[in-house]
Amino acid sequence: MNKQAGREPVLSVANLSVEIPTRQGTLTPVDKLSFDIEQGRILGVVGESGAGKSMTGNAVIGLLDPPAHIAGGEIRLKGRRIDNLAREALRKVRGKEIGMVFQDPLTSLNPLLPIGEQLTETILEHLPVGKTEAQNRAVAALEEVGIPAAAQRINSYPHEFSGGMRQRVVIALALCAEPSLVIADEPTTALDVSVQAQIIALLKRLCRERGTAIMLITHDMGVIAETADEVAVMYAGRLAEIGPVRDVLTAPIHPYTQGLMASTPLAAKGKKRLSQIPGAMPRLTDLPDGCAFNPRCPIAKDKCRRPPAPNLDSGGGNAACWYASGARS
Amino acid sequence: MLAFAIRRAFQSFIVLLVVGLVAFSMFNFVGDPIDNMLGQERTGADIERLRVQLGLDQPFPVQYYRFLEGAVQGNFGISYRQGRPVSEVISERLPATLELAFVSAVLAVIFGVALGVFTAIRRNGWAANTIMTLSLIGVSLPTFLIGILLIYLFAVELGWLPSFGRGDVVDLGWWRTGLLTQSGLKALILPAITLGLYQMTLIMRLVRSEMLEVLRQDYIRFARARGLRDKSVYFRHALKNTLVPVITVTGMQLGAIIAFAIITETVFQWPGVGLLFINAIRFVDIPVMAAYLMLISVMFVSINLIVDLLYFAIDPRLRLDRRGGEK
Ligand SMILES: Nc1ncnc2c1ncn2[C@@H]1O[C@H](COP(=O)(O)OP(=O)(O)OP(=O)(O)O)[C@@H](O)[C@H]1O
Ligand SMILES: [Mg+2]
Repeated sequence: MNKQAGREPVLSVANLSVEIPTRQGTLTPVDKLSFDIEQGRILGVVGESGAGKSMTGNAVIGLLDPPAHIAGGEIRLKGRRIDNLAREALRKVRGKEIGMVFQDPLTSLNPLLPIGEQLTETILEHLPVGKTEAQNRAVAALEEVGIPAAAQRINSYPHEFSGGMRQRVVIALALCAEPSLVIADEPTTALDVSVQAQIIALLKRLCRERGTAIMLITHDMGVIAETADEVAVMYAGRLAEIGPVRDVLTAPIHPYTQGLMASTPLAAKGKKRLSQIPGAMPRLTDLPDGCAFNPRCPIAKDKCRRPPAPNLDSGGGNAACWYASGARS
Repeated sequence: MLAFAIRRAFQSFIVLLVVGLVAFSMFNFVGDPIDNMLGQERTGADIERLRVQLGLDQPFPVQYYRFLEGAVQGNFGISYRQGRPVSEVISERLPATLELAFVSAVLAVIFGVALGVFTAIRRNGWAANTIMTLSLIGVSLPTFLIGILLIYLFAVELGWLPSFGRGDVVDLGWWRTGLLTQSGLKALILPAITLGLYQMTLIMRLVRSEMLEVLRQDYIRFARARGLRDKSVYFRHALKNTLVPVITVTGMQLGAIIAFAIITETVFQWPGVGLLFINAIRFVDIPVMAAYLMLISVMFVSINLIVDLLYFAIDPRLRLDRRGGEK
């Protein structure tokens, strides 16, 4: 992707593979994934359900559920390798340097603790401040995410807030130790349509103000179009295409991305009807040889059905396809 | 919350009335106390005098009312066998049972919760697996067998601990305690383990399964993603969320501990109310039996009431006095 000279990316993932040993053999939900996110930039990650988006996010923050584990590659945060850190060192990275926002704000907060306590415990864990200062910062954090009368509501319990308000609290929690990267895994999927845009705008504004990079996992192409700087398209654990949002949305070069855009109302504006990609994404247990997309691909040829699978270099650096049409420079 | 407390208190009151009726009915339907109290050479006048003295000549509702009236004041009449007020007989014996039950319950809760958390966190470790296997023994062996095995091992074979009785007691005037003397404490160990073992394993298995469930929740994942320490994740976030079901069961088990003390007290000849009750049954000493029943049910009911109120202390979602409304 477009690296600006002299700027070190906040997050640099290179050839990341995640494996799950199972009785039917080893599954590879994330297969040799590479991408960078620079300071203050937003990378959108899209792909069908099961493409490995959450796995990738969890691998980066070191929260894979065993038996899933990182089987290869490197993850660097501001140049420092974090994929091979010891448990305790990794814990100190979580929350402090990488914040995470989950899908469902109704279940992300501990129902038995006031939100203020959940904030102060996080602040005290990561920042060198005392109790009073932590409390002041907790109030400030709530004010920043737009909780009205924050000082009074600090002692409220999660159930006293609506879904949208709770997701604001979750964002305050993810950002309260000032991380340089936030991973947001479908942060609006569980919310009312009416508040989705507000939450995305809030996340975007806060990160812009602090120069925080965001890895934004979503199904919503509209959100990607409005929010992201770059977009990565995943298919069956592999990167299909990556590039600046405008390019990928308006001039996709991987047949899968093209199909995806044609099936999205936003990108397919003007066309009379939405098309659909025939078939379904293969299961991890029976991936086809060669390109994982070949059974559904309109332009698949013999080469696509034989190993090795194409990688980004096969398609001119932006798309993992042997026959990518009109590779962008 | 106040409305809830009042409603629960009212329900408890009804339960006690019913138990009272059952306890009282024993006077009329179980054996004939006159037979037990008077020897073979009795006269009709003797019988009549005793019937009047015991109030047995009155109609049923009057007797029931008198019984309740007395019960509320802690007066359960005269023990048929000992010829002394039942309240006196029971209050002599009660400290022994309460001390035994209290120590057993404390042991059961402390070890049950600690081992439950441990086996949940180290889910597949050998230590956790060993404890889980051993706990099966704890739930499946009957109490009296455990007691006998402990007596055999520690009293007969090793000779470390006494096999029966309560040791020396210190009289505090209103309470005779065995907790202040060495022999009293020694005598307490085996009965307390016997009585608490089942409850401990039950609490442990419950805490473990609740912990495993809670550890799967999103807010635990989120707590980890916030970089909190394991200690905080396990004890501050996870354990607290297991407490509602754990307290329910623990509360019921406390009642059970007091009730099951009968068996342990019999095995160890522990001079508590359980043993008193067993002897009362043998001699059809109905006032003592009735008083015991009432006592146990009052304890059960109050424990349940306390448990219900504890929910409110733990789970803010149940409290009605919400600060601020929904936004
Ligand atoms: N424990 C497991 N054993 C086997 N396969 C697993 C396991 N956990 C996840 N997977 C598989 O890993 C793949 C990647 O899952 P992941 O949750 O990352 O998908 P996703 O892209 O986030 O999908 P969604 O949009 O539905 O959230 C899926 O195909 C899933 O079936
Ligand atoms: Mg997901």
